[in-house]
Amino acid sequence: MIEVKNIKKSFGGKAVIQDVSCVMKAGQCNLIIGSSGSGKTVLQKCMVGLFEPDEGHVLYNGQDFTAMKGEHKTAIRKEIGMLFQGAALFDSLTVEENVMFPLSMFTTDSFRKKLDRVNEVLTRVNIVDANKKYPSELSGGMKKRVALARAIVLNPKYLFCDEPNSGLDPQTSLVIDRLIKEITLEYKMTTVINTHDMNSVMEIGDYILYMYQGQKEWEGNNKEIIFSKNQRLNDFIFASEFLQDAKDMRMLEETGQIPHHRNIFPKKDQHL
Amino acid sequence: MTIFSDIGRFLLMLKGMFSKPENQKMYWKELMHQCSEIGVGSLGIVAIISVFIGAVSTIQTAYQLVSPLIPASTIAQIVRDTVILEFAPTLVCIVLAGVAGSRIASELGNMRVSEQIDALEIMGVNSKTYLILPKITAALLMIPLLVVIAMVLGIWGGRLAGTAAGILTGPVYDKGLLEFFVPFNVIFALIKAYVFAFIISSIPAFFGYYVKGGALEIGKASTKAVVVSCIMILFADYLLSALLL
Repeated sequence: MIEVKNIKKSFGGKAVIQDVSCVMKAGQCNLIIGSSGSGKTVLQKCMVGLFEPDEGHVLYNGQDFTAMKGEHKTAIRKEIGMLFQGAALFDSLTVEENVMFPLSMFTTDSFRKKLDRVNEVLTRVNIVDANKKYPSELSGGMKKRVALARAIVLNPKYLFCDEPNSGLDPQTSLVIDRLIKEITLEYKMTTVINTHDMNSVMEIGDYILYMYQGQKEWEGNNKEIIFSKNQRLNDFIFASEFLQDAKDMRMLEETGQIPHHRNIFPKKDQHL
Repeated sequence: MTIFSDIGRFLLMLKGMFSKPENQKMYWKELMHQCSEIGVGSLGIVAIISVFIGAVSTIQTAYQLVSPLIPASTIAQIVRDTVILEFAPTLVCIVLAGVAGSRIASELGNMRVSEQIDALEIMGVNSKTYLILPKITAALLMIPLLVVIAMVLGIWGGRLAGTAAGILTGPVYDKGLLEFFVPFNVIFALIKAYVFAFIISSIPAFFGYYVKGGALEIGKASTKAVVVSCIMILFADYLLSALLL
């Protein structure tokens, strides 16, 4: 479990995160959503320690990560896996070497044992026959899956994903989302995902934190988000007519009634 | 103010490099890789430059020594001392600032922009220790060796050009090389090589490690790293000459 307590962060006098608190539980996908510049990436970087918050605390299973120094901090970091927006694979290393890197750095296992583990996680993320390929030879979706394999190779307790679907087609995005969800349940990890992908929100959002201009605007899950009356959230997440219709259809299914004046069914003389 | 803040960050970067390696074997592997990149990777260009510098030095020295009272072997003495004192350490290091320095800056800059450095930090690896320390150590090990090779090849190039152009014979050149030889000159050249090696590796590492932005900024950082390294090499060259000679 990760607890964020009253985090504040500013750059050059401009407040980017303003007093954000939340609790992200283990074994579920915790999503941070918000439009570009809302502060979700900064919040995530404060959580993993890449940025030091001006005020507030981040607690990993009750241990104050922000107050830790040196080896204690490194010990927590070894329990964190992260999937970066651009995958962040090491260009000069092959797929196999990339995934093996954390094992070589932090374990004393034999090469055979490390290779077995690498093959196990690569199979888990559906990467086969690509061990000797370099990142430049992989597609966007494959890079993300290799990066995910590298992130989970040490069995981390916490998994952070920064825009895991950016630059991917909808079908591959869905594959990545489902993979993250499955792995989260399988490894009982606390997974924190930054996204503004509507499909991800509805598909894997066990807990959703909506950020607006550096502040926590709304929190809930993918069921509650349908019924939310928060106008800013609705404007953001159901931005298009199509998504608004989808939301209304879902509400119709759940409650048996359409919540407001919108008519989702076309009139007889209306051609679509 | 920027220059003081940059110097401060540079010193903090150097301080941050010294931490206990997470895995000695991985650091050793990275050091060997960097030795190969900086040393073997630059050997070709160093060899070519050195031979031609020696050759040109011989021809130009002969051109200026027109008096029949000066023995031909003096040409070899002048070429030897010029190559050892200045050409081998300074010129070779200026070229290496371009070859190895720009590679270090662009490699680290690319790693920063593509979040590879952040990935290392998240894993719990001290990125400064893992990425910068092996580069500086490799430069300190390999560049003095390259300078020694440059000295030998430069003097040999001078002999080759001198005999080929009929300026002087091989035995006369060899005799000149042994006359009035000051061993301290080699020590002085090696001191310069160590100082320049530190400049060539640490300054580009600083500009690359702290780059912000994208591909354009990586290019700018790389250029800036080479320019600053060259200026610092020339400044250090003057300072060391004034202090030690």
